[in-house]
Amino acid sequence: MFIAPRIADKKDWITTETGDWEIIIGLEVHAQVASESKLFSGSATDYGSAPNTQVSLVDAGMPGMLPVVNEFCIEQAVKTGFGLNAKINLFSRFDRKNYFYVDLPQGYQISQFEHPIVGEGEIEILPIDGDGNVGEPVNVGIERLHLEQDAGKSVHDLSPDETYVDLNRCGVALMEIVSKPDMRSPEEASAYVEKLRGIVRALGTCDGDMEKGNLRADVNVSVRRPGGELGTRCEIKNVNSMRFIRQAINYEARRHIDILEAGGEIDQETRLFDSVKGETRTMRSKEDAHDYRYFPDPDLLPIKLEQAFVDRIKSELPEMPDVRKARFMSDYGLPEYDARILTADKVKADFYETVISSGVGGRDPKIASNWTMVELFGALNKAGVELEDSPVSADALGGLIDRILDDTISGKIAKGVFEKMFAGEGTADEIIDRDGLKQVTDMGAIEAMVDDAIANNAAQAEKAKENPKLLGFFVGQVMKASQGKANPKAVNEILRKKLGL
Amino acid sequence: MAQPKNGVTAQDVKKIAKLSRLHVEDDRLEPIADDLNGILAWIEQLGEVDVEGVEPMTSAVDMAAPMRSDNVSDGGKREAVLQNAPKSDDGFFVVPRSVE
Amino acid sequence: MSDLTKLTLSDALDGMAKGDFSSEELTKAHIDACMDGADLNAFITTTFEDAMESAKASDARRKAGTAGKLEGAPLGVKDLFCTEGVKTTAGSKILGEFTPTYESSVTANMKADGMVMLGKLNLDEFAMGSSNETSFYGPVINPWRKGENLVPGGSSGGSASAVAADLCLGATATDTGGSIRQPASFTGTVGIKPTYGRCSRWGTVAFASSLDQAGPIAKTVKDSAILLESMAGYDPKDSTSINAEVPNWAASCGQSVKGLRIGIPKEYTIDGMPAEIQTLWDEGIEMMKAAGAEIVPISLPHTKFALPAYYVVAPAEASSNLARYDGMRYGLRVDGKDLNDTYERTRTEGFGDEVRRRIMIGTYVLSAGYYDAYYLRAQKVRTRIVEDFENAWQTCDAILTPTAPSAAFAVGRKVNDPVQMYLNDIFTVTTNLAGLPGISVPAGLDKNGLPLGLQIIGRAMDEATVFKAASALEDAAGFTAKPETWWV
Repeated sequence: MFIAPRIADKKDWITTETGDWEIIIGLEVHAQVASESKLFSGSATDYGSAPNTQVSLVDAGMPGMLPVVNEFCIEQAVKTGFGLNAKINLFSRFDRKNYFYVDLPQGYQISQFEHPIVGEGEIEILPIDGDGNVGEPVNVGIERLHLEQDAGKSVHDLSPDETYVDLNRCGVALMEIVSKPDMRSPEEASAYVEKLRGIVRALGTCDGDMEKGNLRADVNVSVRRPGGELGTRCEIKNVNSMRFIRQAINYEARRHIDILEAGGEIDQETRLFDSVKGETRTMRSKEDAHDYRYFPDPDLLPIKLEQAFVDRIKSELPEMPDVRKARFMSDYGLPEYDARILTADKVKADFYETVISSGVGGRDPKIASNWTMVELFGALNKAGVELEDSPVSADALGGLIDRILDDTISGKIAKGVFEKMFAGEGTADEIIDRDGLKQVTDMGAIEAMVDDAIANNAAQAEKAKENPKLLGFFVGQVMKASQGKANPKAVNEILRKKLGL
Repeated sequence: MAQPKNGVTAQDVKKIAKLSRLHVEDDRLEPIADDLNGILAWIEQLGEVDVEGVEPMTSAVDMAAPMRSDNVSDGGKREAVLQNAPKSDDGFFVVPRSVE
Repeated sequence: MSDLTKLTLSDALDGMAKGDFSSEELTKAHIDACMDGADLNAFITTTFEDAMESAKASDARRKAGTAGKLEGAPLGVKDLFCTEGVKTTAGSKILGEFTPTYESSVTANMKADGMVMLGKLNLDEFAMGSSNETSFYGPVINPWRKGENLVPGGSSGGSASAVAADLCLGATATDTGGSIRQPASFTGTVGIKPTYGRCSRWGTVAFASSLDQAGPIAKTVKDSAILLESMAGYDPKDSTSINAEVPNWAASCGQSVKGLRIGIPKEYTIDGMPAEIQTLWDEGIEMMKAAGAEIVPISLPHTKFALPAYYVVAPAEASSNLARYDGMRYGLRVDGKDLNDTYERTRTEGFGDEVRRRIMIGTYVLSAGYYDAYYLRAQKVRTRIVEDFENAWQTCDAILTPTAPSAAFAVGRKVNDPVQMYLNDIFTVTTNLAGLPGISVPAGLDKNGLPLGLQIIGRAMDEATVFKAASALEDAAGFTAKPETWWV
């Protein structure tokens, strides 16, 4: 029996006429190991290949075929275990999970049941509500991580009364990461998955691409009166986006409450989430539950890890998101918000650090963070482009920031330059040159423009001498005359001098 | 015929047959239960062995699993994979519909 | 030239080396013998045309000076080994016309060494049986016939019968509980199951993975050593394959057993065992003593639990190993009204009674609520059996036992009593559970003139001692009897 001592924040309670309810959530996340070949065969793992072209005789379950473990996959599981602050089991074993299905050629899945490679761990998550408000940190316990084979793919729309089976995915290594039932709201659940995604991507153990299905979640949901006795749970299979996870939990919790309030009982069952209708429905009931008859796979021997192997992996671990966030705050003086957004994903964090340090380096971290997060991420988001495919490289963005910092262009002009860079028109320097955007820093020229402005607006100039707020009017006149290229700081200084301010 | 302590019933046979994807006619459930009970009764001698503190033996070789390096060394043999299929089409195995 | 089939493998290889005859002549003689012996039903598939082609190619290689260890020898292959381009049935209807696109590691080794394959030999369905009566392709008949048709033992009945009847110079076989040694005993042939992990299991249809091991059935101990040297070897495609050099086992044959300590386990004297088995065993002990070995009484206290433990472990593994035969990707498919019905029809029609029985037992002992009582307990008993042997090796170097509790019996006599049938493996199954090498050597005839074998068991990886002791026993027993060739 799971023990779930934490009571949800009151804001996460669901209040109905009969009183308050809280949701108890546990997740089983399947993360595809970023390996070249499969867990037990030498077939490729590429996404989207022609059907059955990445299938060996082992994957197809041909008579007499035998599995051999991929060492890289073992290593990635251990690495991920460290990322989850979890216990690494030096002894683990593969078991067979027996059931029949058309996409399971051997009639069993090779998994780890009794002796998983990674034991208990814990991670901290920061739930964020729909309005972007950051809640209190929550610790989520990890029950275990084990390795197992993925199944093949069934295609149902090529024939009305038959199923087409593609075994390309069959045998690809998955890490199943099982949480304790420590989450209490849909936001906590999606924050947990987001956090896991950040961890595996930082480690490079999984691509974490939910659209391609290489990170997917089974969600266990039950409800209870706050702090009360645990309810019966239902498992919702294969939910493949953060939004769907939240939707599925909301729907499922409401369904449980409705049943319980009507005096009914929850059937322990496995359910599917229909993302079109936004609801869950029965996949199989407890009566149909499988008896998987797990037993140690006699074709494989136990995995016995040397302590030195584990130590080496530990010594080579990259910086984890939480550590990196703390460093961004202390070393770069970034606010928590910036540091969190930038370190949630390794690609973002790496990009940002390249912006600061590439080329001449030493760029102002806060200015770099603004340009990265606001301008670049904003533009990418609008264009629906991934950071990996950004038309503006970290180097190029750094080059643009350099031109702001050395007063070649103003921040305002820079935004225009950025748009052109994003459109692929060239580097910051090329665009500045081509369009003649270089700031006028020639004091003589600026002075002449200031003199003109004062001469043309003599009455205003008199007033300005009394009321310095009018200075902005003259700055505007000069900038207009210079087509925005005059260095605003120089304009200001000269104006003040001329007006005797 | 000898009866094991925990004999299988006709109902058990039905369940086992279902798990094994074997069809058993209703009038065969009892005879098969008897047949299996004859074997299970004999197997139950194992109860006489003192296995206190004994590790279960899962393999006749006392080694750790050998491992292979992560290279693509197989696959790309669709013809061979599909060659013996009762039905295939367009590079897929074709099987009876697996969803309603 | 039909007397070429009377040669031992060793003599035939020598004869070809000396140029006395070609592989083509030798192969032709054996093909004729196979055709004459069709009534024995030893073969499921014959590959005579390919064999003649292979023989020609082999003769060419010999001429070119690149002869392998088995160069030009016409041999049979148990139809449990997948053979590229040749139908492989495992004696079951469920594999249908399955034709592998790959070659098992064992037969690939043998082909690389120059084997000429005559065909695929009959066996109990999925190697589950001790009489060859569970084959979908009909029972194999033992060439040793006395008035009525006798079984050749099983599951490698086709291999044993074919070698005993001189249809081939030797054959591959497999042994999960005694499937090499018991048929060897029933047919007056030699059969060795090596240490688990010696022969790769890759490409051999699995019955019970933690017990299955390939080995040869041959006419003499030395022939079995020659064959095993070719079959064995490390295979990185099998995780349970042992990475060790294959010794020159043929050289162990004929070595002196002076001072070798032969253990005699008291627990192998069982109730209801025919007196002539005990007599034969006693004679074997005397022969070993006369050859200079030291006889040591030993105890293997958990012997009686080996067979029940086996009948938990083997069916459990088999129930899972045979799940892949579901009619979806290869083999038989019997269409039903929906997917589940297709699964059930295919597997119910495709598997025979004994296989279905074992799948059900295996499913039961692994199912929720029974796993600890049956499967886990059986595995612990298995540990006890290993400990028995470990203790025995403190005082002896090899163990001498009977191979089987009886001589060959009549076809049909035990088919309806599974437990009686299972008891055939009572002396052989312990070595499968412990992973040890065991050989059966023909040592005498019973009162009906039927052959009986004795078994030598050795330490893990110590086939050399097993061959040495077996060859001494063979010399002392001087077993030369052959069945009358009634089938021609």
